[in-house]
Amino acid sequence: MSDTRSNDIPAIELRGLCKRYGSGDTAVDALKGVDMRIAPGEVVGLVGPSGSGKSTLLKSLGAVIDPTAGQMFLGGEAIFDGVWKVNDLRTLRRDRIGFVFQAPYLIPFLDVTDNVALLPMLAGKSNREARRRALELLEALDMGHRAKANPSQLSGGEQQRVSIARALANNPPIILADEPTAPLDSERALGVMGILNAMAQQHQTAIIVVTHDEKIIPLFKRIYHIRDGKTYEESVG
Amino acid sequence: MISLAARDIAHSWSKYVFTGVGLGLLIGVTLSMAGIYRGMVDDAQVLLRNSHADVWVVQKDTQGPYAESSSLPDDIYRGVLGMPGVEQAANVTYFTMQVQHQGKDTRVMVVGFEPGQPGAPPSLVAGRHVTRSHYEAVADVKAGFKLGEKIRIRRNDYTIVGLSQRTVSTGGDPMVFIPLADAQAAQFQKDNDAIVSGRERTAANPAFNRPSVPGLLEAVQASQITSHNVNAVLVRVRPGWDAAQVAADIQRWKHLQAYTYANMEEIAVQKLIATSAKQIGLFLVILTLVSTAIVSFIIYTMTLGKIREIAVLKLIGTRNSTIAWMILQESIGLGLVGFIIGKTVATLWAPVFPKYVLLLPLDAVLGLLVIVLVCTLASVMAIRAALKVDPAEAIGG
Ligand SMILES: Nc1ncnc2c1ncn2[C@@H]1O[C@H](COP(=O)(O)OP(=O)(O)OP(=O)(O)O)[C@@H](O)[C@H]1O
Ligand SMILES: [Mg+2]
Repeated sequence: MSDTRSNDIPAIELRGLCKRYGSGDTAVDALKGVDMRIAPGEVVGLVGPSGSGKSTLLKSLGAVIDPTAGQMFLGGEAIFDGVWKVNDLRTLRRDRIGFVFQAPYLIPFLDVTDNVALLPMLAGKSNREARRRALELLEALDMGHRAKANPSQLSGGEQQRVSIARALANNPPIILADEPTAPLDSERALGVMGILNAMAQQHQTAIIVVTHDEKIIPLFKRIYHIRDGKTYEESVG
Repeated sequence: MISLAARDIAHSWSKYVFTGVGLGLLIGVTLSMAGIYRGMVDDAQVLLRNSHADVWVVQKDTQGPYAESSSLPDDIYRGVLGMPGVEQAANVTYFTMQVQHQGKDTRVMVVGFEPGQPGAPPSLVAGRHVTRSHYEAVADVKAGFKLGEKIRIRRNDYTIVGLSQRTVSTGGDPMVFIPLADAQAAQFQKDNDAIVSGRERTAANPAFNRPSVPGLLEAVQASQITSHNVNAVLVRVRPGWDAAQVAADIQRWKHLQAYTYANMEEIAVQKLIATSAKQIGLFLVILTLVSTAIVSFIIYTMTLGKIREIAVLKLIGTRNSTIAWMILQESIGLGLVGFIIGKTVATLWAPVFPKYVLLLPLDAVLGLLVIVLVCTLASVMAIRAALKVDPAEAIGG
């Protein structure tokens, strides 16, 4: 995969994206026409009160729930336009989207290297090639010395760095991060944000970070506020 | 691609081994059960083989002498010997009794035989054959006696002069071979009180106690305590003669029942142990069902414990088939661990069983196939649960 991601074409573009859970009397409109434009290499924050639709938005972007209406483009390609435009959402997730969660959710029975190497392996890379890629990323995230460790032997911050390495493993154009700093102290939280920013710069990855975390909010150049299923943009600095 | 199943097993191997041991013991019991059945069949067959007979002549309309009781006058064999095609014909008696050995009761089958004739003990593992016509015995090693020891059968002591091996009754009781005349006496021998009261009863019967016929009472009384009966006549057929034909002739001309080896085998295996075989068969089915339920439950619980990981695996693009394969492999892996442990314990504890446990390699192979099948079935529930996991769960609320 090349890093020649053009700045003209947004990495993510949403137009009027809607999501309704359920139907009839019990229907909940979680997203009521979300618009969003994120350029390659950009790291944006997504903040909003509880129940405002942040997770719903990430799940829609992550192609694990079906939006009800609107459009979604990834790298200029229409992914969703009332219906999914790609057949294989699993491959879409594997190759084009990296996920970082609040809890690192590493696979406990794989060592650090293979947790990261699993993605390239799933994408058909040889074990050797996949592990080389994993080690490269772990080195870059300053986790090379723990490559052979088990996830359970790592601290929370270390685990989070491994999960970031995993999100980057297939060099996806997009990373979706759901409260990645929540369980970390402020020093580690800033460290993780530093890494995400550096990776975005280096690989032109567009990153959306859902957060409540006051200490990292000042780090974003751009923040989307979401309230009641609608987004409001705010530019900082 | 790495094997997710192998990694998961390696990661939680202690849980795996413990579960495997539990399952293994269950499999061990199942294999032993099959071994017990095979042992029973073999016990029945070994008795027939050891008899060195081609035809069994027994009381008319009975399936004796092993499956039903049979009683014949002991001079019948002479007539049988005169039949065409008969090379040897010999009387035998069988009765089961408890013998005392070092303060312990052992159940044995006492065989009355004639040396050199069908029914005599097969080759010995120690000592010599019976050479005197009274009070010597050859015993199966399983009876626990040593050479030179005395064994008390009814009211007489017999010296053990030889030891045989795998000479057992259809019920698996070790055999003790004693001379025919002794056995006949012992089989029908009554205790003193019974003899005394029997004599009194006879004396009180005016038909036997006639003052006009001196000696009648004594003769009747004597006939009541001696026996001229045997349980079967074992026949060896001349080379070149058809045993079935010889048996048919004996049956027709002598008004007796005559069975060939194949007939006896059918009676011994299919009739005598039929109920036990069904019993064991049912037990095997239940054990298989229980094992399936246990493996299902274990694999299902193990999978439920991995829901989060499965959601993450799905989210990052793992195929459903890869996840199903992982669960299936783990299930079969557990079955294999269980099988190895089960086969080992079954082999280790087989000699401890009081009766013969015959572990056939074929049964082990069959068992292995059943286990693989059972584990495959058992993983279905877990695989269904895993496939239902929503990748969205990995993202959370
Ligand atoms: N599976 C669902 N079925 C029905 N309603 C749902 C479902 N998931 C979320 N909702 C509703 O959609 C709305 C948005 O939920 P969402 O989880 O996106 O909020 P959130 O911004 O992530 O909140 P939080 O900060 O608490 O995680 C809420 O009103 C919620 O109750
Ligand atoms: Mg949420």
